[in-house]
Amino acid sequence: MSHWDNNPVLKVEHLTMRFGGLTAVGDLSFNVGRGDITALIGPNGAGKTTVFNCITGFYKPTEGRLVMHRSGGEKHLLERLPDFKISANAKVARTFQNIRLFGGMTILENLMVAQHNPLMVASNWTIGGVLGLGGFKRKEAEAVERAKYWLELTGLIDRADKAAADLSYGDQRRLEIARAMCTGPELLCLDEPAAGLNPKESLELNTLLSTIRREHDTSILLIEHDMSVVMEISDHVVVLDYGVKISDGTPDFVKNDPHVIAAYLGVDDDEVDDVEEEVGL
Amino acid sequence: MEYFLQQLINGVTLGSIYGLIAIGYTMVYGIIGMINFAHGDIFMIGSFTALILIVLLGVTAAMPVAMLVMALVLVLVLAMAFTAVWGWAVERVAYRPLRGSFRLAPLITAIGASIALQNFVQISQGARNKPLQPLISGNFKLTDGGPDGSALIVQLSYVQITIIVVTLLLMAGFTLLINRTSLGRAQRACEQDRKMAALLGVNVDRTISLTFVMGAALAAVAGVMFLLYYGVIDFYIGFLAGVKAFTAAVLGGIGSLPGAMLGGLLIGLIETFWSGYFSVEYKDVAAFSILAIVLIFMPEGLLGKPEVEKV
Repeated sequence: MSHWDNNPVLKVEHLTMRFGGLTAVGDLSFNVGRGDITALIGPNGAGKTTVFNCITGFYKPTEGRLVMHRSGGEKHLLERLPDFKISANAKVARTFQNIRLFGGMTILENLMVAQHNPLMVASNWTIGGVLGLGGFKRKEAEAVERAKYWLELTGLIDRADKAAADLSYGDQRRLEIARAMCTGPELLCLDEPAAGLNPKESLELNTLLSTIRREHDTSILLIEHDMSVVMEISDHVVVLDYGVKISDGTPDFVKNDPHVIAAYLGVDDDEVDDVEEEVGL
Repeated sequence: MEYFLQQLINGVTLGSIYGLIAIGYTMVYGIIGMINFAHGDIFMIGSFTALILIVLLGVTAAMPVAMLVMALVLVLVLAMAFTAVWGWAVERVAYRPLRGSFRLAPLITAIGASIALQNFVQISQGARNKPLQPLISGNFKLTDGGPDGSALIVQLSYVQITIIVVTLLLMAGFTLLINRTSLGRAQRACEQDRKMAALLGVNVDRTISLTFVMGAALAAVAGVMFLLYYGVIDFYIGFLAGVKAFTAAVLGGIGSLPGAMLGGLLIGLIETFWSGYFSVEYKDVAAFSILAIVLIFMPEGLLGKPEVEKV
């Protein structure tokens, strides 16, 4: 029994997602350990993003449960929550493969939207906000401080008042992570955070993720193709192929699992050794 | 010169009313991309609510000034609240169930809601004109009629001052709300990406409802001002005022808040000046022609942002 089974933050139980006759994810069960960086990997079309879409309420799963265990002990069934409560109550945040920032708003405003709920309460549902009452101003200042903290960490602090759409691709990716973190999540789902990053940016991303895990009570679930990122930072790897889990364990275990190598590289089991050497695994 | 000044004052007053209604069109368009054709009728409901309240509270011009002001403020606030409930209900009943449906569906229900509101008021209040004795009388004389007393005396009535001041205050408050508060930020976020806003914990349905509530409250203010200014209303006033305000929103650039205010002002001025210098019959033609001309050269309106696709 591994520690992600003992103290999970998210339990995916018998998750099945069908689109008409196509089964994108079939009877998938795995646990995301609290405080871990868990990687969900698999070849293109394996159903990874579908799993994310089920977790974050984009799709209603055909079958199965998604149980979020908050650190306070309360449990949320994600598949039953309306979309905004997945962030507000269950404390799950996510980023997208194709970045979805509010391009027309400034970088700071993007991070402030992520803190909408506490601010809405503090502004007495907007009345205090318009009148500029003290309570709202203080909360607003706190929210700006939190935003600044994340901008420092992602190196975007100098450009806080620029429109988000004007940032470079790598900066937009980091901003998306910063925005997700501003919701104060317990589980952060990252869909290919390293896609399109150059090696230097990729390295910075690793540092950022490690910081998030170390200094905040946030567990990370990520989809990634870049094996150097996966193997270096993750504690736990789940491998999907054609919507079915084919391997689940530590990076070392998964790396040496012949099923994974066969699925990933599309070779027969007896050729695995040669190919492994070629790709440096 | 005196004539011009007088028309300017009248135009700004009318433009303020249009501007207040136009904000409702532009905000709803901004957040859910639909034209709320029932908005003009919400304005009409605001006007009727105010008339009923004035009669119920027994507000007359004979009251002491302080009492009259207090009573009118009370009427304004109650009319805003009551009309806001109507705005909320229209969204809840006619638009929310169709969210995610094809684009034309809410447009059709909007027209349906508009007809329903008109007929409801026609049946419940009667089809005849409802007059109201002027409550705020008196004016400032800005010119004295010249040495021989033959020139036009330019007048700025207290009603006009009330309308312009209330409009300016509300627009200022409103701009603050959109730019400074968390709700305004959430509204702008929903404008850009509703699903993403929801994933950040923003209750999108509630944010949209509140947009309708705010638009309706402003339309109610316009309704009260219309009643005080013209002193006569009927169940059909929402149609033309709604079309004009919609025109104003498009002229200013639909989706843009300052655009709606500017557009309202321009439509009011165009109408007044055309009536003053050319012919009253063709004032609507003039307003719509200018809209057509502006849209040919600036398809996104005066202050609208052009859609730029980033490649």
